[in-house]
Amino acid sequence: MEVSNARESPVSETRSFPGVYKSLASIAEFVREFAQNAGFGSFAVYSIEMAVDEACSNIIEHAYGGEGRGAICCTCSFDEKSIAIVLQDQGKSFDPSAIPPPNLSQNLDERKAHGLGMYFIRQWMDEVNFKSNGSENILTMVKHK
Amino acid sequence: MEITTTQFKHCDLVKAKGRVDSYTAPQLAEAFNNLTENGRYKIAFDMSELDFLSSAGLRVLINTQKTCKRYNRGELVLVSIPENIYAALDLAGFIPLFKIYDDVLSAVGSF
Repeated sequence: MEVSNARESPVSETRSFPGVYKSLASIAEFVREFAQNAGFGSFAVYSIEMAVDEACSNIIEHAYGGEGRGAICCTCSFDEKSIAIVLQDQGKSFDPSAIPPPNLSQNLDERKAHGLGMYFIRQWMDEVNFKSNGSENILTMVKHK
Repeated sequence: MEITTTQFKHCDLVKAKGRVDSYTAPQLAEAFNNLTENGRYKIAFDMSELDFLSSAGLRVLINTQKTCKRYNRGELVLVSIPENIYAALDLAGFIPLFKIYDDVLSAVGSF
């Protein structure tokens, strides 16, 4: 069987980050490297990085209600065909699907500056699943090759 | 992220390098606000060395554009948008809201 570069990287890797906005760059670096090693192309890697960035910003802002109130645990895994990113936090239950999609046809004055993050996640990831068990929120995002 | 602002006769040029995310977007907002609070509403934003722009950055752009365009006193134009960031702007429906230039010279010359 052919050995590809992708096989040399770990199949699953987990890291925990402080729930502060300063962590976003480190989280992005972690996910970007993993996606690159999994063999995703430049634009796919960018879209994964953006989805994770938006999701983590939402966790800090909405689930934790501010910076420094808990950790974000990020697990990346891949299985040849797809990458899965699982984000876990202990903030209050925040269901991203409750956010209405933005109205993109509004003119400048009417355009709202919020609500775009979830839209990017939905558009750029193939599967988005949110679970909350009371003490923990688990957001799973999958992107296929 | 690194931001530089250059004043020209008819406009100001803001250049940001690196990442604009929820951590750094306030710095970018501050750079634009420093201009608009001083009555300077004609702004070119050089994005050529920007690696990443999240929705927090998009919010800064749209809020700045609203401020600049009020009373027809100016506008924010975008310059040299990297391909990935262009795709995000496009997905957000931002492309019709901004004039876009390929290089700094034509952007600055447009004012």
